[in-house]
Amino acid sequence: MKRAARFIYLTCIYLFLYVPIFVLIAYSFNDTKYSTNWQGFTWKWYEQLFTDSPLKEALVNSLVIALLSSVTATLLGTLGAFAFYRYRFLGRKVMYSFIYIVMMSPDIVMGISLLMFFITIGLATGPLTLLLAHITFCLPFVVVTVYSRISGFDRNIIDVAKDLGASELQMFRHIMMPMLMPAIIAGWLLSFTLSLDDVVVSFFTTGPTFEILPLKIYSMVRLGIKPEINALSAVMFLLSLVTVTVAHLVTKENR
Amino acid sequence: MVRSRFRNFSIGSTMLWIIIFVVVPYIFVVLFSFLERDPVTTVAWRFTLAGYGEILSPVFLKVCWYSLLLALGTTVISLLVAYPFAFFLVRLPEAYRRILLLLMIIPFWTSSLIRTYALVILFKANGIINTFLLWTGVIDEPLNLLYTQTAVFVGLVYTLLPFMVLPLYTSIHKLDWRLIDAARDLGATSRHIFFRIILPLTMPGIVAGSTMVFLPALGLFYIPDFLGGARSMLIGNFIKNQFLTTGNWPVGSAASVFLTLIMCLFLYVYFLSSRKAHTGGMGDMA
Repeated sequence: MKRAARFIYLTCIYLFLYVPIFVLIAYSFNDTKYSTNWQGFTWKWYEQLFTDSPLKEALVNSLVIALLSSVTATLLGTLGAFAFYRYRFLGRKVMYSFIYIVMMSPDIVMGISLLMFFITIGLATGPLTLLLAHITFCLPFVVVTVYSRISGFDRNIIDVAKDLGASELQMFRHIMMPMLMPAIIAGWLLSFTLSLDDVVVSFFTTGPTFEILPLKIYSMVRLGIKPEINALSAVMFLLSLVTVTVAHLVTKENR
Repeated sequence: MVRSRFRNFSIGSTMLWIIIFVVVPYIFVVLFSFLERDPVTTVAWRFTLAGYGEILSPVFLKVCWYSLLLALGTTVISLLVAYPFAFFLVRLPEAYRRILLLLMIIPFWTSSLIRTYALVILFKANGIINTFLLWTGVIDEPLNLLYTQTAVFVGLVYTLLPFMVLPLYTSIHKLDWRLIDAARDLGATSRHIFFRIILPLTMPGIVAGSTMVFLPALGLFYIPDFLGGARSMLIGNFIKNQFLTTGNWPVGSAASVFLTLIMCLFLYVYFLSSRKAHTGGMGDMA
């Protein structure tokens, strides 16, 4: 009895979370523009997605920004996590708590602070400011992901490497990087997802001429629902699903 | 102490990035909240408290009150739903637990915008809920589901529930069950065990989860934009309007400082609760 109640409870929560998404995916194959009744299966909306040039352009822009920002954030964040682990320096603890605060702080505050910053220093909003903003919100996630793995390492490994004459860079490159690889990959994939999905920070930090997918979806939905958006949303959901699942498996397998 | 170029570079790159793109911009927010609005140059370099004066005006206070209530409601409902949920999840056999946990992590990381949009489809007048209810004969006319305050509330809970579950799960997972066995052996009642042991020890998870639900629930402006009517506004919508439509930076900055103060309050409570319980809840989100 108790087990049945638990089972029902868990099922209800997952249905609540997933039914809307499944309905969305199902509708992306529905062969009708207005009605919500099922009118037959079609690939039409997906074809339109890849022939409609504004959407295609936004998709390419999004992917480029996500790729560049996730790679940069991963490089910086990995170095940063290593520095937090290996070195004692002034402001180390303050900085590490700060990384958590950045992660928790409301997106909108980061968005407007960067907007005012860029405008004040005379940097016109566009692809460059968007990229800088994305690197900024991805960075803490990489640092935390990599640090949580590195903090479990045996410190003797470093001493051995040093005793054998390795420089700091060699030790990082040949000992730490390979051992950290699962966490680095996970941090990179999560950054990629974060960047691809971000709405709030991007809203303030991109210029009027540089469109990215989430903002395109935002403005399209506000004007009314179109079946292409269903197809686009389904594609983006599946993309995130794959990256998140891989990131999860990579970190769990090697613990 | 190791001194090398690599050391300085690895420390410096991250520190510099955070200082330039987080600390300095945030100083701008605080600074601009005390400046005067200027129609030509957006802000004039004259000190004033007008920005803060305006967020004490009835217009903002009304938005603020509505938004805080909504965020509080979202947090309480999510907590009540997620707490037993996380508990059941922890007690499941390993194989099921891994899959179900992943199924909770996926919505945590996938786009909230798309998940909110999925609700729009569900709630439309000729959407699936209305079609179903009409078909079963529960209702005769389509219900007005979209563009209501209820829709915004459901949207917030739907979007933010995973953000409550995962920190709770982490902190319940770390719970030392021997303490509960010991308490039971010593004759504690179930109620006692829950309020005296389980609740205090999982408090960091509760606070972390509440922070991760409450703060976005104040700021996610696209949820009322998609699901709410003209009157439903979050603090996030208010801030957005200050920057996009009215161009009033000082007021928008003052409202952002207010949001940050709320965050600091949560972080302080988190700090207190985790010092008491010695178990984390905020980390390990992947």
